[in-house]
Amino acid sequence: MARFPFSAIVGQDEMKLSLLIAAVDPTIGGVMVFGDRGTGKSTAARALASLLPPILVMDGCRFGCSPDAPHSCPGPCEGTKASKRPVPFVDLPLGATEDRVLGSLDLERALRTGEKVFEPGLMARAHRGFLYIDEINLLEDHLVDLLLDVAASGENVVEREGLSVRHKARFVLIGSGNPEEGELRPQLLDRFGLSVEVRTPRAIDDRVEIMRRCAAHDANSEAFSARWAEDDDKVLHQIARGQKRLAKMDVSDDVLVDAARLCSAIGVDGLRGELTLMRAARAYAALKGAKQVRREHLLHIAPLALRHRLRRDVLDESGSTARIERAIAEHFG
Amino acid sequence: MSEEPPGQLADALLAARLLAHSRHSLGGMCLRGGGPARDMVLAALRALLPPETPFRRLPGHIDDDRLSGGTDIAASLASGTLVRQRGLLAETAGGVLIVPMAERLRSDIAGRVAQAMDETKANEGGFLLVLLDDGADGDDRPPPALMERIAFDLSLGAVRPADLATALPGPATAESAATLDSEALTALAATATALGVESLRPLLQSAAAARAHAALAGCSSAEMADLEVAARLVLAPRATQVPPDPEQPQPPPPEPEQPEPEQPEDAQDRNDTDDDDDSPPDIPEDLLIEAARAMIPPDVLDLIAKGRAQRSARGGGQGRRTGSAMRGKPLSARPGMPGGGVRMALVDTLRAAIPWQPLRRRDPAPEGAGPIRFRRDDLRVRRFEERATTVTLFCVDASGSAAMSRLAEAKGAVELILAQAYVKRAEVALLAFRGAGAELLLPPTRSLTRAKRALSELPGGGGTPLASGIALARQLADAIAARGRTPMLVFLTDGSANIAADGSPGRVQANADALTAARTIASGGFDAVVIDISPRPRPEAARIAEAMRARYLPLPFADAKALNAAVALATQPERKRA
Repeated sequence: MARFPFSAIVGQDEMKLSLLIAAVDPTIGGVMVFGDRGTGKSTAARALASLLPPILVMDGCRFGCSPDAPHSCPGPCEGTKASKRPVPFVDLPLGATEDRVLGSLDLERALRTGEKVFEPGLMARAHRGFLYIDEINLLEDHLVDLLLDVAASGENVVEREGLSVRHKARFVLIGSGNPEEGELRPQLLDRFGLSVEVRTPRAIDDRVEIMRRCAAHDANSEAFSARWAEDDDKVLHQIARGQKRLAKMDVSDDVLVDAARLCSAIGVDGLRGELTLMRAARAYAALKGAKQVRREHLLHIAPLALRHRLRRDVLDESGSTARIERAIAEHFG
Repeated sequence: MSEEPPGQLADALLAARLLAHSRHSLGGMCLRGGGPARDMVLAALRALLPPETPFRRLPGHIDDDRLSGGTDIAASLASGTLVRQRGLLAETAGGVLIVPMAERLRSDIAGRVAQAMDETKANEGGFLLVLLDDGADGDDRPPPALMERIAFDLSLGAVRPADLATALPGPATAESAATLDSEALTALAATATALGVESLRPLLQSAAAARAHAALAGCSSAEMADLEVAARLVLAPRATQVPPDPEQPQPPPPEPEQPEPEQPEDAQDRNDTDDDDDSPPDIPEDLLIEAARAMIPPDVLDLIAKGRAQRSARGGGQGRRTGSAMRGKPLSARPGMPGGGVRMALVDTLRAAIPWQPLRRRDPAPEGAGPIRFRRDDLRVRRFEERATTVTLFCVDASGSAAMSRLAEAKGAVELILAQAYVKRAEVALLAFRGAGAELLLPPTRSLTRAKRALSELPGGGGTPLASGIALARQLADAIAARGRTPMLVFLTDGSANIAADGSPGRVQANADALTAARTIASGGFDAVVIDISPRPRPEAARIAEAMRARYLPLPFADAKALNAAVALATQPERKRA
């Protein structure tokens, strides 16, 4: 059964945009999606993963080595040929233990042959792909720490059980959660690149359209995917073009000044806000096929990149998106 | 409609038939209460499905390896060869997974099951999930992640033994398919919106249920009756608001349980649409909403009436009792059996086994023995240290005497403390006492959003039932401690009780009761702080604090910020001592 096509998702433009930006520039540091259950969060993330073209992986490598840098992993990776594999999409279960996430001593091998072998965990499996965590706000804190750390550094370092292993783990971290059920600590939140607030579409027409498309997909997923293949191709081209342009995309000093002004106007702590804002604006401009980053790109992307970094004021009722928009209107309006 | 009264049992049997018809799009069902009736529904489901369908039960203590498959370490060591076990979820492929005591299911297991449902929905390995909910009213419900993925949430509590004489439905014969036209889809979407069902999954499930119902009746497209069933069974139990009544301009007080929709107007309406089938029904969603409204469970209505509709049920940090064996800071290994999430410490196990090898080699080698002979008592498991979560329980005096002077400030202080508690990943709970009794406004949560809403809805005024407030606080503290977390009580009161524990007014008795209740806090050994929020501190609150062995903080003219700082100071050393 074919996955639900990315372009067939009704509405949710902000979430789709942030996923595309993360696909263009995975170093942006993950996307946090806030929203209720049943708003199509995981559907969108899965759809994007299956939309992307397959990657080349060295045969027999458990760490997903790319042929560009073969044998760069700690595991046995003697293959000489590479074959195509779909972009990995790992769904991290809520009850996952540290062992499963980081990787651990391979007990089976140890018992059978007495060898000390590292068994790669979920992070190794997600290398060069997506790691999706539903209800990340309910995940153990120390696991979230680990995940964010690896997502930012692109490398997983394991020092436990007599093992000392480091391997590459570059993935786009996608977290989702409902703030009604518990929030993420601000210091963790700050490390996410982008954040999106998702709501269920309220318009009856949208909801009807969703039901219609899901029914069509359930009835015959192949035919449904074929119908959307053209639109999906367009998205794919857009991503490919964005990735190509991103390397050459330069940010003018004016735009950098704008970014700094905006961040200080809103009162974002630390430098991560500015840096992510700049990267996101670059990726967005590349995605749009622009030659260079302009102010409108920056402002369009600002709520995505900044809204979770605002210092929370419990006595201020207005949401963080509103505060950013207010600041934009004040300084750039 | 008159031949077949929509009783709870009939509904459940109908749901079973729908599930058997379209297994992949409906997910499963939750059955609440009703012992024999529940067995009957399960038997019906079994009869409806092909005889070879696997039925598996998921015990709450299942470990990860058994659930998703893995190595059976104990068996492997015993036999000397690798023994694998197949996961329960894989065994259930194409069958039915029954979860008894679903309300106690740990959230990590629920997460696994939900993930398996999402993964396998597309493939052949899908299964139906049947949650058996034995929770009492207002108690825990099954994990929301699972409730979200199943179509039916049915209560069997009101089924009488006499009803059980109903004949079981026969196996489904017609494997036809039905379609929904856009009008029907619109009607369902509008109904969901009117009932405040936000999530899209129930909406899709309702469409699937309508299609299945039509197909069972042998129709090729869904009719009004099919939509009604879908709205009634799938959407109504998830209602978070009472739909606006078109007849009455003002929202009426929610009328609790009115199972019979036999009001004359209703019957009239229904006849109308039934009679002239040719003319398209103008606004079918109104009828649907009517049908659904009649089915909204009374307890949901209660919650809605209190303005606290179950926004995706309870919050996160539920029952993290599986503690030190699984996560946290690593400690040294100790003897024990691996399994149930406890990992074996291989190196330590080997270290324990090696010294005995010369001795053990004297015995004849068992079948398939490896180079090293293990005994059960060589096994070492890993241990971790985990810090218990603190739950700060705010007990706010919202009575007239307190409200007059300080309630607003108290609220502000609580919000500031809440914001801090959430930074530290602690949880907060909030109870208020005023008028005749005490009420838990916010069960332990980490969500600032919810806490703020509960606070802003906190009304003031009425007597001071201090004894009831303290008693409820004690109860909650016990419940929190039973979940392996550390409660910390913060009372904001002026200490002048005037309602006794039995609800009767009278200052003397009320004070005596309050002191008795306060002593139970001390006997429980809970940390507590009493903050006197009266403008002129009097000895009452100090006496209460003394009885509780709590810290006493008179805060006559403090604003929210000062109050916050005081609480932070007061709680810090207490917490260290604990």
